[in-house]
Amino acid sequence: MKASKVSSFFQKYTMVLALVLVTAFFAWQSGGKSLLPANINSLISQNGYVFVLASGMLLCILTGGNIDLSVGSVICFTAAVGCVMMQAGINMWLAVAAMLLIGLAVGAFQGFWIAKLHVPPFIATLSGMYAFRGFSNIVLQGYQVSINNEAFLNIFGGGANCYVPDFIRSMTGAEGKFNLTCMVVGVVAALIFAALTVRRIMVQKRLGIHQSIPAQLATTGIICAVVVWLAWKLANFKGIPTVLIWIALVLLVYNYVTTKTAIGRHLYAVGGNEKATALSGVNTRNVFWFAYANIGMLAGLAGVLVAARAKGIDPTYGEGYEMDAIAACFIGGASAYGGIGKVSGMIIGATLMGVINQGMRIMSVDANYQKVVKGIVLLVAVMFDVLSKKQKR
Amino acid sequence: MAKILLEMKNITKTFPGVKALDNVNFQVEEGEIHALVGENGAGKSTLMNVLSGIYPYGTYEGDIVYNGQVCKFSNIKDSEKLGIVIIHQELALVPEMTIGENMYLGNERGKKFAIDWNTTYAEADKYLRMVGLEESSKVQVKTIGTGKQQLVEIAKALAKQAKLLILDEPTSSLNEEDSRALLDLMLGFKKQGMTMIIITHKLNEVAYVADKITVVRDGATIETIDNHGPEPVSEERIIKGMVGREMTNRFPPREGVKIGDILMEVDHWTVHHPLYPERKVVDDVSINVRKGEVVGIYGLMGAGRTELAMSIFGQSYGVNFSGELKIDGKPVKMKKSVTDAIKHRIAYVTEDRKGNGLVLSQSIRVNTSLANLDEISTNTVIDQDKEYAVAEEYRKKLSIKTPSVEQLVGNLSGGNQQKVLLAKWMFAEPDIMILDEPTRGIDVGAKYEIYCIINDLAAQGKCVVMISSELPEVLGMSDRIYIMNEGKMVGEMKASEATQENIMAAILRSGRGA
Repeated sequence: MKASKVSSFFQKYTMVLALVLVTAFFAWQSGGKSLLPANINSLISQNGYVFVLASGMLLCILTGGNIDLSVGSVICFTAAVGCVMMQAGINMWLAVAAMLLIGLAVGAFQGFWIAKLHVPPFIATLSGMYAFRGFSNIVLQGYQVSINNEAFLNIFGGGANCYVPDFIRSMTGAEGKFNLTCMVVGVVAALIFAALTVRRIMVQKRLGIHQSIPAQLATTGIICAVVVWLAWKLANFKGIPTVLIWIALVLLVYNYVTTKTAIGRHLYAVGGNEKATALSGVNTRNVFWFAYANIGMLAGLAGVLVAARAKGIDPTYGEGYEMDAIAACFIGGASAYGGIGKVSGMIIGATLMGVINQGMRIMSVDANYQKVVKGIVLLVAVMFDVLSKKQKR
Repeated sequence: MAKILLEMKNITKTFPGVKALDNVNFQVEEGEIHALVGENGAGKSTLMNVLSGIYPYGTYEGDIVYNGQVCKFSNIKDSEKLGIVIIHQELALVPEMTIGENMYLGNERGKKFAIDWNTTYAEADKYLRMVGLEESSKVQVKTIGTGKQQLVEIAKALAKQAKLLILDEPTSSLNEEDSRALLDLMLGFKKQGMTMIIITHKLNEVAYVADKITVVRDGATIETIDNHGPEPVSEERIIKGMVGREMTNRFPPREGVKIGDILMEVDHWTVHHPLYPERKVVDDVSINVRKGEVVGIYGLMGAGRTELAMSIFGQSYGVNFSGELKIDGKPVKMKKSVTDAIKHRIAYVTEDRKGNGLVLSQSIRVNTSLANLDEISTNTVIDQDKEYAVAEEYRKKLSIKTPSVEQLVGNLSGGNQQKVLLAKWMFAEPDIMILDEPTRGIDVGAKYEIYCIINDLAAQGKCVVMISSELPEVLGMSDRIYIMNEGKMVGEMKASEATQENIMAAILRSGRGA
């Protein structure tokens, strides 16, 4: 019994352990450099788009292992339109709204073919990948367009000042560089999370749901510790990068959508058994449409973040980003057949990829070898997943 | 006494946490048909998987002695080399390939890089004739019916030079006629000296075909019954061994039957085939159901029963509908939408619980609420506490055997899965429940429990339409019986007037008339 408990623990937390080991490995190899506050900060800033895209990709994958290949091109296209608008002096919020709406429209358009005309998602989005790469080029006329709207850069995580100002320190007027706001936000977030866990456990007790309380407390404890540690690291640098707020917002929303809402439930059900779901009175085609329209909108948001971080856009941006999002989901335990996958797993997957990328960059591994390593990681991760499921049978 | 061909000695097989087989002893004589019966999960399939090498030597304890030799199979190929061939319950044919290609798949004639197609098809044809099929082996498998596909599977086994043939529920998807033909074929093979093991739930078949019957219960062999007496072994006798007690009543008594007014009426209902729109699948059918009544619909496979039910259920099957559906006396203009049907308080519990009914990768809780998420959510946000309470309520009500409602449905036995499916539709609170083969492929004990649930539903004043191809079940459960054949309604009788004979007679009469 004990042995099976240990093995089920390993099965459930394989990727978490892998993340810890990989992080430790790079910290050791780089002599602790990879854990410097500045590097933690850049890890978040550089991977912002992955978290956002992967949230959308996860929903598509849930519907039955379907992926969206077009998002890299859509990012470039929306960013191109946004940059051109801002350069023409149009209000930045108008530009941002336009980017999100264009993304949504593109997603809805592709979703229409997939949901209503039964075009395989792979093909519908492959055509989108080509077409919107072309449109980006047309909009940019082949040139790079840069952004000098400071407010836009600051809010969406680009440039030197893209951090939440330390208003606590400026209010108290205390001396020093340590970012108090960041630390306070981190601690408060951890406390709220802990409180929610306690409430959940109380509800479970009331309803007589048997779930291991120590395990839940331990998980919560670890997550809170990570949040506080992260806050401490960031506070020692320049504080909360604004992009982190957008990432956190997206992750919270999609965690909620997948776990608590009817549409989330429908995504899992369609991926698990589409026919049964249709015969339960769910309009399954609309579920597909939702997933693809949604990822289009998130591609628009990712376009905003990418443009801000790069302070502009050129026609090649976003190439291969779709693959990063797909890899994050699969490493995070999403099933390639649909119906299984969680936002929390995707976060681990995306972080693991990010840590590996950054670790190799710090160790100045050749870029070509970096790709080889990424490929191997993906294969090994999915292999673990397949093997652990096979054992269960 | 005949020679013992196969002896399995003290076989013990454990999976993490469960002992699937516990010291099983099993003997098969040469040239006999040996039936292996037992409830679902009793260990029959596991035993056969051990025998055929699916669970290789070393993963179980005990010995397999075949033809006087101890065997150590490491895969299926090893056992097939000795002539032990297993035919699985689910057909393992590739629909797009021809019969011949299927028969020699993995066993190709000719050289490795140059398949000899002439020999392949010539030999395939020879074996097809042996199983009584007239088809050419160059025909695609998808173009022939399920009954014939099953025969192709047997021909495929013969092509492997089978000496010991294992058939796992060979008739579970066949109608009575095809089943009988298959059993007669088995008897023919026996005369030629073939040894066979048959696993089945259909006890009348066991009595008809088997020389010996071994009963498996809870991973152990309970007894072996000889079927050579002057009278065939009675079904009650076998059931007693299977469930470990006497089953005096296979159907629970209907108590306090109060049949009310007509709730649902279907008039001149005609449905066409979705792929061949000129073909009528349901042809001018009229039925009605009263409150508190259990109406049985009997018919052979392909009679159009499922198609009738699904077309009533939000037109989820077929094209070019005509006819009228009335609920509570009022005509209902139903759109092509399951949601609409559910709104009109109709539920359809599918015959194909794994394919069309349940999301196997999700928990009991999630499956129970799927057809009625609105009930437990506000503004599309699901109240999971409420959901849990609902799932828990139905788990108790239907006595679904599981440690928790968080258990994945895919891990449950057939009977418990069926109960989850029923729970899902009961939670949708329909007035009219159409149950399509509600007891297919589940064991005797679970069947009885399902029957009790059906009686409860009727007692609550719901209309229950029960579609079944098991005559005793239809006779034992229904208040009124409709008989369908080839898309048409060919008879209606009160339960008190119905017998196996006059139901079959109604079907035969219609066959001659057409």
